[in-house]
Amino acid sequence: MILFEHVTKLYASQTRPALDDVSLEIERGEFVFLVGPSGSGKSTLLRLILREENTSNGQVWVLGKELGRLSNWKIPALRRQIGTVFQDFRLLPNKTVFENVAFALEVIGKPSSHIKKVVPEVLEVVGLAGKEGRRPDELSGGEQQRVAIARAFVNRPLLLIADEPTGNLDPGTSVGIMKLLDRINRLGTTVLMSTHDAAIVDQMRRRVVELEGGHIVRDQDRGVYGYAR
Amino acid sequence: MRANFVMGEVGNGLRRNLTMTLAVIITVAVSLGLFGVSLLVRSQVSTMQDFWYDKVEVSIFLCSKGSDTASCSGGEVTTAQRDQIEADLESLRPLVSEIYYESKAEAYTRFTEQFANSPIVDNVTENALPESFRVKLSDPTQYEVVASAFAGRPGVEQVNDQRQILDKFFRLLGGLQLIALIIALTMLVVTVLLIVNTMRVAAFSRRRETSIMRLVGASNFYIQLPFLLEAAIAAGLGALIAIGGLVLTKVVVIDGILAPSFQFTAFVGWDAVIGIAPILLLTGVALAGIAAFLTLRKYLRV
Repeated sequence: MILFEHVTKLYASQTRPALDDVSLEIERGEFVFLVGPSGSGKSTLLRLILREENTSNGQVWVLGKELGRLSNWKIPALRRQIGTVFQDFRLLPNKTVFENVAFALEVIGKPSSHIKKVVPEVLEVVGLAGKEGRRPDELSGGEQQRVAIARAFVNRPLLLIADEPTGNLDPGTSVGIMKLLDRINRLGTTVLMSTHDAAIVDQMRRRVVELEGGHIVRDQDRGVYGYAR
Repeated sequence: MRANFVMGEVGNGLRRNLTMTLAVIITVAVSLGLFGVSLLVRSQVSTMQDFWYDKVEVSIFLCSKGSDTASCSGGEVTTAQRDQIEADLESLRPLVSEIYYESKAEAYTRFTEQFANSPIVDNVTENALPESFRVKLSDPTQYEVVASAFAGRPGVEQVNDQRQILDKFFRLLGGLQLIALIIALTMLVVTVLLIVNTMRVAAFSRRRETSIMRLVGASNFYIQLPFLLEAAIAAGLGALIAIGGLVLTKVVVIDGILAPSFQFTAFVGWDAVIGIAPILLLTGVALAGIAAFLTLRKYLRV
């Protein structure tokens, strides 16, 4: 699903690499937490998977494609198979819940008959049935993140990338979001989630990859957030 | 391809950026309008050239009593000289297409007709006007052949080419047209810059949508198309206004004012306007295309 081979990423403005000789393999159907302090390289790793950046050295394979050799016009096709969720939700404030999810399908040219069918389905999955007509500012933070997850999942992607999805949410709401991500994982989507939320990682008992200073310092099945626990 | 969706986005974009859109439309209209006018002046010049060059003649004025040029030192032109000139003119056919001899009496009649309402007529007698040969050339540019054959020859006071007088006038018109063209081209450059900036603002105000589109895997085409269409529509509207202005110029200024007051010359017809209109439309759309190319490459990358 995802394979990093001796990947180094050096940003032009910095002397220390954001990722330094990182090798990592994530199998189909896994649920992986990516933990580590700010600046440890989590975001860079996720951006490399989305091909928002290119590696300075080494190879990244995603869904069977080596991204360094992927031509620009094929990037959209790659991203259609990857759902993305962010800490700040990234919803369109002037669109309703339904329209926000539908937007993701419209811009890749799906017919409206298809949209009318799948958007209510996915809103049902994320638990937002009945709130299709609301605008983001009429929703709680947790509900907004559910809209974002619905948008990421509506294409039934093989891979879901979540960059601190619970970072802006209170613990109770976060649990709900984690349950939802767990459900999506059980539906067959590989989930890669970066987080600072120790309680969640400890509770879920899934694979944990820890980054520090651009190196992988820990890779544990059924891990916890920190050694201390 | 979701035409409805794309057109909806375009409509939103145009509304959201209404003032900038208006600025683009007006600038495109003004600069293309000026461009159109300068093209119209050019075809006016060529229309007038066709019209006048057909009518211009070379005049060979013969010596009369009062002439004081060197070639007239022998006094008034003799019959032998006049016949020789005519024979030589005949030998220049087919360059010389028509030869017409104008006697003093005819010159006087024509003069009095031309200046019928002027007191100058009272001071001119028949003898003061020279007799002349009026010659039409099949190719008016070959004037020099005639001039060199007859100028300075005994009995010939002067060889005059009306074309040279007209050429001065046409050069003036050509200069005006060039100035208009330069101003128009400057305006067109300004227009491109304005469209570039407008698209930049549009790209900025839609950055949220654009970032989401990139994330969910929308193709470049889908991301850029609304911007392209917005620019093309604004530029197209501007071009249509410019074409409207051109038509108005033809109807009001040329047909309404100039043609009735200056009946002695020809003015551009509708064929010129119809020829210029598509040039304006294409230029407008090309402007938007250039601007879009400059902007989108930089601000809307995958």
